[in-house]
Order: sequence, then structure tokens, then C-alpha cells
Amino acid sequence: MTMDPHAPRPSLLAGLTGRAAAIAAVVVIAASGLPLVLSNYQVGLATEVLIFGILAMSIDILAGFAGRTSLGHGAIFGVATYVVVYCTAQAGLPPVASFALGVLAATAVAAVFALLAVRTSGVYFLLLTLALGMIVWGVCLRWTQVTGGENGMRGDVRPVLLLGHHAFYWAVLAGAAIVSFAMWRFVRSPFGLTLRGIRDSESRMRSLGYNVPLHLFIGFTVSGFFAGVAGALYAMFNNFVSPSTVALAQSVEGVLMMIAGGVGTLFGAFVGAAAIIALENVVSAYTERWQMVLGVTFVLIMIFAPEGITGKLRNMLSRKVR
Amino acid sequence: MSETILTLTDVVVAFDALRAVDGVSLTVPRGQRRAIIGPNGAGKTTLFNAIAGAVPPTSGKIVFNGHDVTNLPPHRRAQLGISRTFQITNLFPTLTVQDNMILALRGLSQRKFSLFGKPDTDTTEAPRIAAALTAARIGERAGVIVKEMSYGEQRQLEIAISLVTTPTMLLLDEPAAGLSPSERSMVAEIIRSLDRDITVVLIEHDMDLALGLVDYVTCMFEGRVLVEEPPEGIRRNKQVQEVYLGKPRHA
Repeated sequence: MTMDPHAPRPSLLAGLTGRAAAIAAVVVIAASGLPLVLSNYQVGLATEVLIFGILAMSIDILAGFAGRTSLGHGAIFGVATYVVVYCTAQAGLPPVASFALGVLAATAVAAVFALLAVRTSGVYFLLLTLALGMIVWGVCLRWTQVTGGENGMRGDVRPVLLLGHHAFYWAVLAGAAIVSFAMWRFVRSPFGLTLRGIRDSESRMRSLGYNVPLHLFIGFTVSGFFAGVAGALYAMFNNFVSPSTVALAQSVEGVLMMIAGGVGTLFGAFVGAAAIIALENVVSAYTERWQMVLGVTFVLIMIFAPEGITGKLRNMLSRKVR
Repeated sequence: MSETILTLTDVVVAFDALRAVDGVSLTVPRGQRRAIIGPNGAGKTTLFNAIAGAVPPTSGKIVFNGHDVTNLPPHRRAQLGISRTFQITNLFPTLTVQDNMILALRGLSQRKFSLFGKPDTDTTEAPRIAAALTAARIGERAGVIVKEMSYGEQRQLEIAISLVTTPTMLLLDEPAAGLSPSERSMVAEIIRSLDRDITVVLIEHDMDLALGLVDYVTCMFEGRVLVEEPPEGIRRNKQVQEVYLGKPRHA
């Protein structure tokens, strides 16, 4: 039998090459072993890293691939959290239905944001998404009958099956693995390539026959869907939601995690989330001024590794290989 | 005489009071290589943009391959088979040559909306990309990131991108602008070896290059057609020499 030289490389799982699949499997297995060596408190932190990693990844879809940094994703994330808590605690829906409704609501909000924001770029996109996020925050703060206002809402959101720390961690890990794979497929797809084309040259894309705003709209909405998944998981993690979940600080934190991990690296989001959550928890044990330490760390990252932690490592490795 | 592919009738493009193109009529037969020359400000690029659809004509009529395209937007003209290059290089610098070609090819197909599909080219796409890259003499460079290529290679990629959609007519806007002499002859060689079925209309400042490439020349001056002649005639034409070099002074 002769081999066709133009045949695509053999792929194991829908386009995943052997080496990448092996690395992914090792990482997931190692991560699933973590609860065996960590305390309950640390397992909680690891769960948080996974959830915020998903949020940071969803922001990276736009920032790293379409060249649009959103400061509204914390609000999209928080909408899912609010809807999930409301549906279980107030409306008495089962957790699975609440989860689905939460993600749906976040996707719908993202679509509205997208309609308004896709014709802008650069700092205007940043400011417009920031303003839209502030509106969501204002609504959550003032619509007291539904959202509980400043006090927020409490509810036992987590399904009985996942009440234990370890069980919930494994569930979130499985969820994170699935959505990470989906996002990875998304940015590498023919559609993902059009987003990278828009990042590089909008005018050329138009002259090649692409409807640029339509592509950005779809990209933003899909990204919002993934932010919604993170927000719905966060509702189950926290069993509580308040306006700080949809506040600007949430969006900024997601963007900072994405930058720390490395813009455009996608999986770097988890590294960034781990770095920032670890820093917050370690440093706040010693000083109340942990935010100052966070700020300084950021300045250092920007100076010494502007491509992010993952980007830096990747560059160093590829230099060694050469 | 072979059939006509492009007809312009009394085309005017006015920017307020300035008539950049002032009543141009011309016909290009299928398969011809046509140069549009003229001094700076003659209206060459504006006429070009009117043909490509980037600037709508103020009045007049443009017929391409039997279709009235006077008021069609650029992407509809692209679908009819008009492809163009840009005077200023406009590529996707952080992507590979291959990805640039894929984007060029999929602009007119529905595959661009495949949200979670495989990134690889399919069996109809791969040979077309390979053929266009070979025609532009960068067949070996598919895996290179565009910003790491020389300017000359980027101009070649610009041509490859306009070829991959297998156009009926190719519009080249100063294809050799800013290139070194050796790169110029490379670009000239590429244009010369294009499939004879493709009609080529090019703007070029370099007279030697332009006249060596084409079958027929339209010389523009102040928004109007000054002369239309084969290259040999243009070289000897007094009027053309005057608009390029100024009138000889008589003592």
C-alpha cells in the first residue's frame, strides 16, 4: 500500500494529534489526582482556578484571536451566576435546568453586547464593553426584589450528587476539559481563522468578501456562551451571588488572568488563573495589602514577560529546540 | 477580433469639484494585457478603484463580462471574477502564507462559517492554493509567517492571493512599487507567465516594465484618455513624452 503524501496527518480525536492528545491526557489525569494530596481548602482553591480559567479562556477567544479585549465578560459570567442561583433558590427549578437557563441567559446578554460592540475596535471596544458591564451591575444592585440588591442571594444550588468537595472538583474538572477542548476546536476552525484574519487586517477581509461585523458578532456570542458556563459553575461552587460577582473588578480579574497566562495561548488562562488565585491567597495570609503585591507582580510580568507566563515558557522552549 | 470583457462608457468619478476621472471610455478584449499609464494625478488609481468597486462612479457605465457592475459593491464584483491587488501591501502579517491563502479562498465559500470544523484544507482547496503559490513563485514558502518574508515576497503573495480565486480579470495596482531591480524582473516574469485566459489590467509607474509586459497601453492625463496604442507606438508618441517630460521649450 502506498501512502498519499497529501493525506492529512492521522488524528486520534477529532483533529487532536497524538502528542497533543497525550499531553492533554497527562494534564487531566494529574489534575484529577490533586484532591488526593490537597486539603479540602486547597481543593476549593483548585476548583476556583478551573472556573476562572474557563472565564479567562473565553476572554482570550476575543482578545487573543480577534484582537478585541472585552471588559464586559465579568458581567456575562455574573448573569449566569445570578440566573442559576435565582432559578434554584427562588423558582425551585432542578439544578440541571437552572444551569442550562443560566448559560442561555449569559449567551443572550453576550449577543446584545455583541450587537452594540462589534463595529468598534481598540479602546472604544474596551470602553463600550466596560459600560455595558456596568449596566448589568447597576441592574443587579438596584432590582432588589429579584436580585436581593446589595445583600445578594443565597441558595443550595449544587446537586446532591456533587455536594462533596472532591466530587464537585472532579465534575468541574470534567466540565473544564470539555469546554477547553471545544474552545480549542473553535479557535482552530475555519471560522476561528477568519477571526485571526480580522485581527490582522479588517480591510483585507472585507475586500475578500467577508462580512466582518457578522464574524465578530458570532465570535463574541460564542465567547459569551463559554463565560456563561464558567459563571454557572461558579454559582454551584459558591451557593451565593451578589453584585460583586458582576462588577467591573470581576471582568478586570478575568482579563488579568488571561494576560498573565499569555494572550492568544488559550490554555495559558489556567496558568494565569492559578498564579493570581495562589498569589491572592498566599499573600493575603501575610498582609492586608495583597492587592499592592498583585499590582507589582503585574508590572513585573509586563516588563519581563509581556507575552505572559505560558508565552514566555513557549518562547524559551522553542529557542532551546533551535 | 476577440470578444470584449470590460467596457467603460463615459465614466466620471468626481470628488466634489474635482473630476479625478473625467469621461473615460475604454474597451478591453478578453485575455488582453493592458497597462494604464500616466503622470501622477492623472486619475489612474481612481479609475482602477471604479473598476474594482472601491469607489462608485459618479456617472457612466461599467460592463464586465456581460454584467452591468456599475453600482455593485467590491465583494459582488469579486464573485463575478474581478480580483485585485493593492498598491500598499495589505496581508495578514502574523499568519502563515498558507493561512493567508485559505482566507483568500474561503471568502466566497460557506466553509468560513464552520465554527468547530477541521482547520485543514479539503481536496478542492489544496490544489488551488498550491497552483496559485507556484504561479507566484513562492510555492516553497507556504509554512512561513508573512511578517518574516521580504517585501518582494510579500508582493508575490499579494499576487498569489488575487490568483487563488481563479479570477477572469486581474487588476494589478503598481505590482512592482518599491521593489529592487531584481525583484522587479521577478514580478514581471510572474505576470508574463500568467495563464493567457486571464485578462490583466495593470497600473505601473515604471514605463519600461509596463511596456515590456502588455499588448496595449492606455495613457491618461488629467482624468481623460490621452492616447491608446500598442507599446511600440507609445514609446515614440510625442504627446506621451510631453505629459511625462514636459513640453520641449522652443527658443
